[in-house]
Amino acid sequence: MGAGHHHQLYLAGDSVVHRLPPQCKLLAVAAFAIVVVATPRERFWAFGLYAVLLAGVALAARVPLTYVLRRMVVELPFVLFAFLIPVIGLGERTSVLGVSLSVAGLWAGWNILAKATLGVVASILLAATTEPRVILIGAQRLRLPSLLVQIAMFMLRYMDVIMDEMRRMRVARESRGFEARNFRHIPVIARSAGALFIRSYERGERVHLAMLSRGYSGRMPMMDEISGSVGQWATALALPGMALAVLGLSAVQGLSL
Amino acid sequence: MRHRLTKGFAVHVPDGFFDAAVSVSAGAVAAAGLAVCLRGARRELDDRTAPMAGLVAAFIFAVQMLNFPVAAGTSGHLLGGALAAILVGPYTGVLCMAVVLLVQCVFFADGGLTALGINITIMGIVTVLVGWGVFRLVARLAKGKGGVTVAAFLAALVSVPSAALVFSALFWVGGTAPIEVSAVAAAMGGVHVLIGIGEGVITALTVGAVLAVRPDLVYGARGLTTPLVLRGAEEATAGATVGATAGTTVTVGADEEPVATRSPLRAFLLGGLGLTLVLAGIVSFFASANPDGLEAVAENHGFLDQATHHVFGSWALADYGDVGGIPVGVAGIIGVGLVLLIAGGVAYAARGREKARV
Amino acid sequence: MNSPAVNSLEVNRLAYAYPDGTQALFGVDFTIRRGERVALLGPNGAGKTTLVMHLNGILTAGHGSVSVAGTPVRKDTLKEIRQRVGLVFQDPDDQLFMPTVRDDVAFGPANSGVSGAELERAVKGALERVGMLEVIDRPPHHLSFGQRRRVAVATVLAMEPEILVLDEPSSNLDPAARRELAEVLRSLDVTVLMVTHDLPYALELCERSLILSDGVIVADGPTRELLADAELLARHRLELPYGFAIPAPAEHG
Repeated sequence: MGAGHHHQLYLAGDSVVHRLPPQCKLLAVAAFAIVVVATPRERFWAFGLYAVLLAGVALAARVPLTYVLRRMVVELPFVLFAFLIPVIGLGERTSVLGVSLSVAGLWAGWNILAKATLGVVASILLAATTEPRVILIGAQRLRLPSLLVQIAMFMLRYMDVIMDEMRRMRVARESRGFEARNFRHIPVIARSAGALFIRSYERGERVHLAMLSRGYSGRMPMMDEISGSVGQWATALALPGMALAVLGLSAVQGLSL
Repeated sequence: MRHRLTKGFAVHVPDGFFDAAVSVSAGAVAAAGLAVCLRGARRELDDRTAPMAGLVAAFIFAVQMLNFPVAAGTSGHLLGGALAAILVGPYTGVLCMAVVLLVQCVFFADGGLTALGINITIMGIVTVLVGWGVFRLVARLAKGKGGVTVAAFLAALVSVPSAALVFSALFWVGGTAPIEVSAVAAAMGGVHVLIGIGEGVITALTVGAVLAVRPDLVYGARGLTTPLVLRGAEEATAGATVGATAGTTVTVGADEEPVATRSPLRAFLLGGLGLTLVLAGIVSFFASANPDGLEAVAENHGFLDQATHHVFGSWALADYGDVGGIPVGVAGIIGVGLVLLIAGGVAYAARGREKARV
Repeated sequence: MNSPAVNSLEVNRLAYAYPDGTQALFGVDFTIRRGERVALLGPNGAGKTTLVMHLNGILTAGHGSVSVAGTPVRKDTLKEIRQRVGLVFQDPDDQLFMPTVRDDVAFGPANSGVSGAELERAVKGALERVGMLEVIDRPPHHLSFGQRRRVAVATVLAMEPEILVLDEPSSNLDPAARRELAEVLRSLDVTVLMVTHDLPYALELCERSLILSDGVIVADGPTRELLADAELLARHRLELPYGFAIPAPAEHG
């Protein structure tokens, strides 16, 4: 939350990954996340391989490691929480470096850390290789309700405008010596929020009129049709496919023990 | 520790935090809720839905960046569910919240893809439903603009700890971290009551600010205020908008504001009841089934009894004891049946409202 | 006498009142011939934008009629009318609501059923006419205000309208952008109706002007003549900018 959101995640490029149709990438990332989450936490090496797979994707997409790391900051609160769990967790305790930690808590902390991190990195790679508008087109092809996609499209388009208005109002306030420091200042903030809502709403109405003026009759015209070839689907689904193979292998190995 | 948990809640739930059963169930609840709201919002706004809801979603996104001090050193973020419901109505409100969460998840990697169902259910549906329900109840009792403001405060106030409560309940059922649930609930509840107060104050004041200038834009205050007439610049009336620049825009058929003829309250009490029952059904179903990996570990390492004593014993299980006693299969069937009944009932009630409106 | 086929726009006895009862237009009459460039002047509150909203059917008049190239503006002709009347709003951010310039310019023709290569041609053609082809794949909010103005013009040009209606086209533009837009407008061969406060701009671009005041047209004639009539201007709260002297006819053509 907060300022971190405003980092545009998209990294322009022309790699194999960039060129894949968005619906393929979306499905691939979702399937990969499901495989990761379904993996029992004891299978360390499986998670290691998942990370290797993601590294492979990053390499293919020419996305630098530092880029990914910087954007993983969003995960920080839960990472901290994951480290906290062994301390406050229940059940049998063990001693690590002189600190008493819960065994179940250590497992749980590892579980959350591994899965959340892999999920975040996969999402970052998706966003880095696919423009927001293109992601929405992909979502629509995956049968996400059209209305939802359109709402998201307008939200994305006007996010900067609205946040800019908010910033301008803050600058105007601060130019007149106001800074929100405690409870007493909340009414001023609230009035700004109210003004912001009115402006957002009125813009929405004007946008609707502009759409009507250009012939809009209730359905958005389909202007982009990007369909994925078999080869492209295969390439994209290689990621979750290999992850699934790893999961399967780990299950077999577990059985044979 | 409380501070961390607060921040933990303000950030969206990532992958791996909840087990598969809860993630999937919450996903189903979220999908069903969205389906109902998509139809409802279209009925409310018709072909204006996309730009209007999109702009309001952008507004919610911006407003979620508003930090307000809660206690020494701790600050809370506005969630916005109750605010959305009061300003644009519950159906559109849920859509806006859901889109914000979707965008944050997919475009900003904030929130796990597999946790979308949970995030949308807790921060989208629960806050809007509870907020709207409380708002309508209080607004009925306290009439007028002042009543609306008080109702807004209470609605937002209750919505935040309700969301925290649902989070705790889901954590109890399927959280992957072995922490004393009552501790989680207490910490979440405590801080979130404080955050709720902050959210309540900001929501009430924001609604009041909008009411003062453009009362026709507050969905929750429909039919409450007379249209404003401004002389000098272009006229502003119910259904007209004064652009930020010198000019007026008026929509054809300007009197299309939905009139509160039938009782939308009924539909939402039904919806709220439905959600509660579904969650209770899920809770009972899984409480008996003991789904998570924690149990497997517990069995392997021989401290199952200990776990049971701590995790399942300390909460007021007496209330759930009876429900938990129902055979698993029956509870599951009841749960599914209820979802279908409620969804159908809400859709039917909402359709009836549309006919009366004309 | 002009035959209707040569008139881009005909407005007859147009009267309109807001939902709360306040009347804004009290019988507006004027005709615009194809190829003309006409400025609509008037004080704030005169009803200029309200009038303009009737031209593409956003508002429905209580009395009177509007017709565009012979087609009356009615509920059943709205789709055709909206293709024929290209309305450019004052705030380009209202008008540029798609993620990229290409999508925005394509929106209009796509709604009329144009697709594929033809759509691509229409989009590129419109952007070329306003000199904005190089930003075709950029998001609108990355453009400067003047660029957005021009792209907004392109979004309606792509529909090949009969008449281009602009609401305060020169507002908030720096002098260079103002000049660039003027060049673009001069180069277009479409009928233009321009609502504006900017009297020098009106003089520069429009050979004819209408003054709307108190809901009726109070003056209709060559721009130069209207602007030279100081008493007329004063009566309707119009003012030439400080130091502006109407240039002699030979200076601009």
